[in-house]
Amino acid sequence: MKTPLYEQHVSHNARIVDFAGWEMPIQYQGIISEHIATRRGAGLFDVSHMGEITINGPGAGAFINALVTNDISKAKAGRAVYSPLCMEDGGTVDDLLVYVLGDDNYLLVVNAANTKKDYDWVREHAPAGVMVENASRRYAQIAIQGPRALSVLAKLTKIDLDSIRYYRFVQDVTDIPGGPGLISRTGYTGEDGFEVYLPWDNAPVLWEALLEAGAPLGITPVGLGARDTLRLEAAMPLYGHELSAGITPLQAGLSRFVKFDKGDFIGRKALLAQSESGDYTRLIGLVLKDRGIPRAGYPVLSGETVIGEVTSGGQAPYLEEAIALALVPAGYTEPGKALSIGIRDRNVPAKVTALPFYKRG
Amino acid sequence: MSTRKYSRDHEWVLPEGESRVKVGITEHAAKALGDIVYVELPQEGDSVSAGDALAVVESVKAASDVFTPVSGTVVAVNDSLENTPEQINTEAMQSWIAVIEMSDAGELDALLDEEGYKAFCEQED
Repeated sequence: MKTPLYEQHVSHNARIVDFAGWEMPIQYQGIISEHIATRRGAGLFDVSHMGEITINGPGAGAFINALVTNDISKAKAGRAVYSPLCMEDGGTVDDLLVYVLGDDNYLLVVNAANTKKDYDWVREHAPAGVMVENASRRYAQIAIQGPRALSVLAKLTKIDLDSIRYYRFVQDVTDIPGGPGLISRTGYTGEDGFEVYLPWDNAPVLWEALLEAGAPLGITPVGLGARDTLRLEAAMPLYGHELSAGITPLQAGLSRFVKFDKGDFIGRKALLAQSESGDYTRLIGLVLKDRGIPRAGYPVLSGETVIGEVTSGGQAPYLEEAIALALVPAGYTEPGKALSIGIRDRNVPAKVTALPFYKRG
Repeated sequence: MSTRKYSRDHEWVLPEGESRVKVGITEHAAKALGDIVYVELPQEGDSVSAGDALAVVESVKAASDVFTPVSGTVVAVNDSLENTPEQINTEAMQSWIAVIEMSDAGELDALLDEEGYKAFCEQED
């Protein structure tokens, strides 16, 4: 499958790879330069492959609140709520954003690789009268991220972007090129920025307008490669790595998005039992103290004993350190603790560090 | 004359004298890997057989083995790659990884010349 911006990627000399069935740009100029450009200026991302599921009708809000682990019951229109979505056993179906569009009118934004699974999951659980639609091919999504994101986007719309607080959005923005658009102050990079949802076929209009408006500010198209390194520095979970059917949100350090006191939801019982037992592996950050690059799947050791596994790792382009997220048992999570990572035939010393690795100033 | 030869795994070998070769990875390989951030070098004295993993070159995305196209003993390694691995991206053909004292110079005959390698890359793409 191709996003509506495929031709733009090709004309920017992107290297195209398959990602969850989508032909996506992994990089344009290079992952490191794109990463740095996003941290220092503004990065432009095509994330149209992300899935969108609309849920509406009487009881839609209560239905979603019984599906996801976070509490959306108090979220008014204009709020975007991050939440894991769990199975009965507490394993994670996906992590997603719930956009509250209006009364009993919601938009779920889900990981591209999970769109079909999530849609089926939501539909299977939906009560009569609640309508669920896979709207993924109606919405294109363009993210603009970095300290100059606001300045770039402000050139293209009269709405007061700075008044949109983090995890808030404005819908039906008609003056944005390619609109009407939904402008959300969200992102997956650890930077300030926006994500703009707009009609699928209109994406090139906004893309080109952003490149032109952002040229004097150094806007740079950014591929999935740097999207991954940016989110890793910011210690944001990636489904399939830090979250999966076998990894609960509590393990991934997302307990603040699991609201046991909101009433019943799928997975509540299992997650509560896990929380009360305290007996589970949990996510930590590691910084390598010697040369090497940690990768997903590498063993984490305490002394000579394997205690856990790296879920994501790599050379952090902005921090210029080799970093890793890893799952280890309780008792090994204290920042400063000395562990090691097995890299081929060596055990490379690493230190537990507080997350996130990178926090914008 | 020292003529560079190429493997089908995208390494180059440059003969130095009768029995030694420098080994590196090609521009084509460096470009495919993207930004290189780490090279795990072999050790001097390592004994290797053609096809063995000689080094590991890691880009932001992934780790890739570098296979030695010839058998022999590692007699020198390019330590400068430890601090500036990115030189492989900018100057792949100058960024040698190791010098190997060959135990069987005949193995060079199995490798491609420049023209053959170019054709091989085009076929692969």
